[in-house]
Amino acid sequence: MPQTKLARIAWARSGDKGEGSNVGVIARSDAAYSFLKEALTEGVVRSHMKTINPGGVIRYAADNMRVLNFMLADSLGGGGSASLKTDAQGKTHGLAVLRLEMDIPQSVLDATPAD
Amino acid sequence: MPAKDKVLIANGQGFWGDSILGPIRLVNEGPLDYLTLDYLAEVTMSILQKLRSRKPEMGYATDFVRLIDRILPQIVEKDIKVIANAGGVNPHACKDAVLAVIAKHGVKGVKVAVVEGDDILDQLDDLMGQGEDLANMDTGAPLSSVRDSVTSANVYLGAFPIAEALGQGAQIVITGRGTDPGLVLAPMIHEFGWGEDELDRLAAGTVAGHIVECGAQCTGGNYTDWRKIPNMARIGYPIIEASSDGRFVVTKHDGTGGRVDISTVTHQLAYEMGDPSNYITPDVCADFTSFTLSDDGAERVAVEGVKGMLPTPTYKVSLSYHDGWKSTGQLTVSGPDALEKAKLCSDIVWERLASDGFEYAPEERLIEYVGANVCHDGIPVPGSEDPPEVVLRLGVKGPDRDKVNRFGMELVPLVTSGPPGVTGFAGGRPKATEIIGFWPALVRKDLIETRVSVFSSEG
Repeated sequence: MPQTKLARIAWARSGDKGEGSNVGVIARSDAAYSFLKEALTEGVVRSHMKTINPGGVIRYAADNMRVLNFMLADSLGGGGSASLKTDAQGKTHGLAVLRLEMDIPQSVLDATPAD
Repeated sequence: MPAKDKVLIANGQGFWGDSILGPIRLVNEGPLDYLTLDYLAEVTMSILQKLRSRKPEMGYATDFVRLIDRILPQIVEKDIKVIANAGGVNPHACKDAVLAVIAKHGVKGVKVAVVEGDDILDQLDDLMGQGEDLANMDTGAPLSSVRDSVTSANVYLGAFPIAEALGQGAQIVITGRGTDPGLVLAPMIHEFGWGEDELDRLAAGTVAGHIVECGAQCTGGNYTDWRKIPNMARIGYPIIEASSDGRFVVTKHDGTGGRVDISTVTHQLAYEMGDPSNYITPDVCADFTSFTLSDDGAERVAVEGVKGMLPTPTYKVSLSYHDGWKSTGQLTVSGPDALEKAKLCSDIVWERLASDGFEYAPEERLIEYVGANVCHDGIPVPGSEDPPEVVLRLGVKGPDRDKVNRFGMELVPLVTSGPPGVTGFAGGRPKATEIIGFWPALVRKDLIETRVSVFSSEG
């Protein structure tokens, strides 16, 4: 199966939460949400973001909005005004997660309109 | 019977530093009942506390006073109520400045209310004496470990004191620290007569407040498919069309830029989210997994079915404390071989500092090659291996101010004593700035007293 970017089937929004950030991944279709709920696990996101976030990852789901919310525990280099990083608020972490390459079934792609 | 069945509540300021054009356009470009404005971030209170310690009449968001000067005629003529957390750590000074501006316009009888009780800096020792350890919610450490360095302490108050101020006839309500959604929930409580036990309705108002609290972030700003957002230069700021039964619609004024649809609203619902099933405020715990979003015509999204649960017995407290010093500086390195030369520059800086006795531990320093995939570090991005130019961004932090300042002196010398093509050193030597630590804690609600007072302009 060809690798496809997560951005093809999801949107994202991110921001700071204490010393970490949250990344809300929003599925573009019901089919995409069902697939992502299985495939986009805490482990997958933790591995993809491991350089940015040395800490743990916790996932919450909000089925009513097709949102998978990932909490990255240590992604800001200290957080708040203690961070020296350019992206001290995790504003770009959503787009970083959307760069993830996945094996997305053709049926999911067919059921999800492209941007 | 509620006085009104539908109320229009906008948010024109998403954070300290947001554009003044948002609220100015909101009062000019369409109908509106309430304008809410959020000026406070977590570090803002500490900065304001410092300003006040230098000048007793400062310590609030001066942007707000400039805004009132520009929109006063419209809000008086259209009877638009304004609710702002612009009071910072000195809400009465903010109120005095606002009253002076209203007097300058020659308008008499405008009622300005102050909501206070959030500032507990002077009560900390009393509270700790009453058994409140104000432990850090993230680490569990007791406040006593940083007590001597604390620079501000503010409770996040809820919506009811603001509603009380509106009930006393205030046209402008100035608060200190409070929850952001509370600014939007308060007019619903006031207009519809919602009680503290109407949890689903309070939760609905809280969800509405969360959607609009970052201004244009729910109307197409910071949206993934950015090419699909029309006219971002004139992006419309969000408006909640609230109903007495708790159902509400997210919209914006006709003819403004941006977009309101289920996906732009959902983007903002996912912002700063923790556990979506338990969004805690002092007014209610809202379940963000409970409601449905639906299209309600062009640029309108309806939200209904929000469930609420009993609030907790505690307020969240935001404390700040002095946590050391930091300094960052940057140079631009052109190609050819920009990244390779930038890495050499970085090595040279650290080696020169070490040779003079200044060594910085890895966790005390930062090295970034901006342009070579800093933001998405570790994720393969084509083109980042050999960028045509790189901004070398270095930084240090630590408890010793002199050591942090010493770093800044070794950046600019690279222009003449490093590899070729190093430029962009405008701005001089980087200097140490204070790190303001953030300390989230909880305090029992029954130990906190809120006060509402109303004043009238004399023109």
